[in-house]
Amino acid sequence: MAEKLLRVHRLRRIYVWELPVRIYHWINVLVLLVLVVTGFYIGNPLALMSGKEASEVYTMGWFRFLHFAAAYIFFFNFVFRIYWGFVGNKYANWKQFIPTSKAFWKELKTVLKIDILQMKGDKEEREHLSIGHNALAGLTYFGTFLAFLLQCLTGFGLYASMASWWFPKLFTWVPFLLGGDILTRQIHHWTMWFFILFAVIHVYLVFYHDYVEGRGEISSMGGGWKFIEEDFFKKNKSHTPNPES
Amino acid sequence: MSKHKLSEEKWFEQPTYYDEIRFKGYTRRDFMKFASMMAAFIGLESSAIGQVAKAMETKPRLPVIWLHFQECTCCSESFIRSSHPIVADILLDKISLDYSETLMAASGTQAEAALKNTLEKYKGQYILCIEGSVPTGADGVYCMIGGKTSMQILEEVSENAAAVIAWGSCASNGCVQSAKPNPTSATPIHKLVKGKPVIKVPGCPPIGEVMAGVIVHYLTFGTIPELDRLGRPKAFYSKRVHDTCYRRPFYDAGLFVESFDDENAKKGYCLYKVGCKGPTTYNACGVMKWNAGTSYPIQSGHPCIGCSEENYWDNGRLYQRASSFAGFGIESDADTLGKYALGATGVALAGHAILTNINKRKDINTLTAEGEAGDVDVIE
Repeated sequence: MAEKLLRVHRLRRIYVWELPVRIYHWINVLVLLVLVVTGFYIGNPLALMSGKEASEVYTMGWFRFLHFAAAYIFFFNFVFRIYWGFVGNKYANWKQFIPTSKAFWKELKTVLKIDILQMKGDKEEREHLSIGHNALAGLTYFGTFLAFLLQCLTGFGLYASMASWWFPKLFTWVPFLLGGDILTRQIHHWTMWFFILFAVIHVYLVFYHDYVEGRGEISSMGGGWKFIEEDFFKKNKSHTPNPES
Repeated sequence: MSKHKLSEEKWFEQPTYYDEIRFKGYTRRDFMKFASMMAAFIGLESSAIGQVAKAMETKPRLPVIWLHFQECTCCSESFIRSSHPIVADILLDKISLDYSETLMAASGTQAEAALKNTLEKYKGQYILCIEGSVPTGADGVYCMIGGKTSMQILEEVSENAAAVIAWGSCASNGCVQSAKPNPTSATPIHKLVKGKPVIKVPGCPPIGEVMAGVIVHYLTFGTIPELDRLGRPKAFYSKRVHDTCYRRPFYDAGLFVESFDDENAKKGYCLYKVGCKGPTTYNACGVMKWNAGTSYPIQSGHPCIGCSEENYWDNGRLYQRASSFAGFGIESDADTLGKYALGATGVALAGHAILTNINKRKDINTLTAEGEAGDVDVIE
């Protein structure tokens, strides 16, 4: 028994996701859910079984209001996250999302091999674990940022013609660039499916990492803490440097 | 009332619109009604009615050349049916005198001579109106008039035009003949004419009053009307059909026609779910309506097909909101595809989860063992 106890890892408790990052994440969850549900309704509204006059009902109006309100929150939340990518801790830094080093690409390859394709790999590769986002996750989030941007551009572009505030009017050039509202609307609709697929895969992978690595992946987005083996820091191979101890 | 007098000399030179209007037998009152109507259409204040009237009284009529390329003449048809008779009588009768394949009396050599004459006599002054797109494929042989390709004609005639008006969707954005795969390479005018203002007046056809309004604006102010980023006059194309639709309350309420001729259709509910493109179409149909303000498609129970929008023929299906997804069959739209993708993702993730339990068994067991060992540690 004693021998086995020696193999128990000493865990270091690391504050990975700062409060603003966690708030950003959960606002995003809520708002995206609202946007997708109301978006589906706006795209193809359900048949209303109502004998009421139009003047007494405002169903589509409310769905649209929710969609637009959620869109504003989504947009400013997104802008805030970009800002935090410059002032937050190293796990929130923009370098987590945009490859700037060779180590990033190396880690990306390893994650693909070991976690996604479940290949054996050598010992070093099997111990590739990173503390914050792994390289593949980081790059995928960068992809979602591009999708956020596309969704904001097309969404506010469509909204601009009925807006009175100057802000959405800044986007009038989008439908003009795309040759009209019809295509703008289609792109907005197609991109929504990216978010749905992303959410499904994202949630699965969070469970996967929590299950396989046992470092508190799921709860980290609640309290911000992850629990990392002490030996990890001696031979850190990830593209994110060790935290200052 | 004495008939309006016009000296023979003046008549042969360049009469004003007013001269011609009076000559045709319209009264001053008719003329003023027309001027007010036009001022209202082009979005002017009532104080500007005088300006419109004055312009028509004093300025010589605009020399206009009206060319027809790949088109169906529905723009001309719409124009001559605009609500006020003066539009057809004066604007079209007279402006088209110079050259218009459809409506001029001359033909053959005479017609060509008339065109040449106008080009020389009114160099740099005439307005060039174009109905139809220009086929650029196969050196332009798909549309030839008088032995010349439409490309050549456009080049010649546009060279000294004061401004170019692209009538209808064909000239503005190519319309159906430019639908995929666009066999004749039908090209809208603004892509061919460079260095000149091109006013796009899209629609299949555009509303007659809108067409008249554009010409009257030019006549009154000597400049082209204010255009949006796509080159359309703001006065007519800045609002969506949806925003001016009288069925809009049903839309906001969420009350929709589910299929043609259902109970909801009889109640006049919103046509959104049977494919109405009103929410994505910029035009004045809801306000000006058609045939002297009688009706417009939505009023007669048909969804807007978005005929004044670029690429409406390729971008959407006429009776559905969702467009088909290129390369995945006619019936597949983004949602069908998305559902399949979601299913495939689910299967892939389930497979991955199973593989994880097999391949990572050792790692997971180690973690479990460590955890249990740690438990023991605590107890001891």
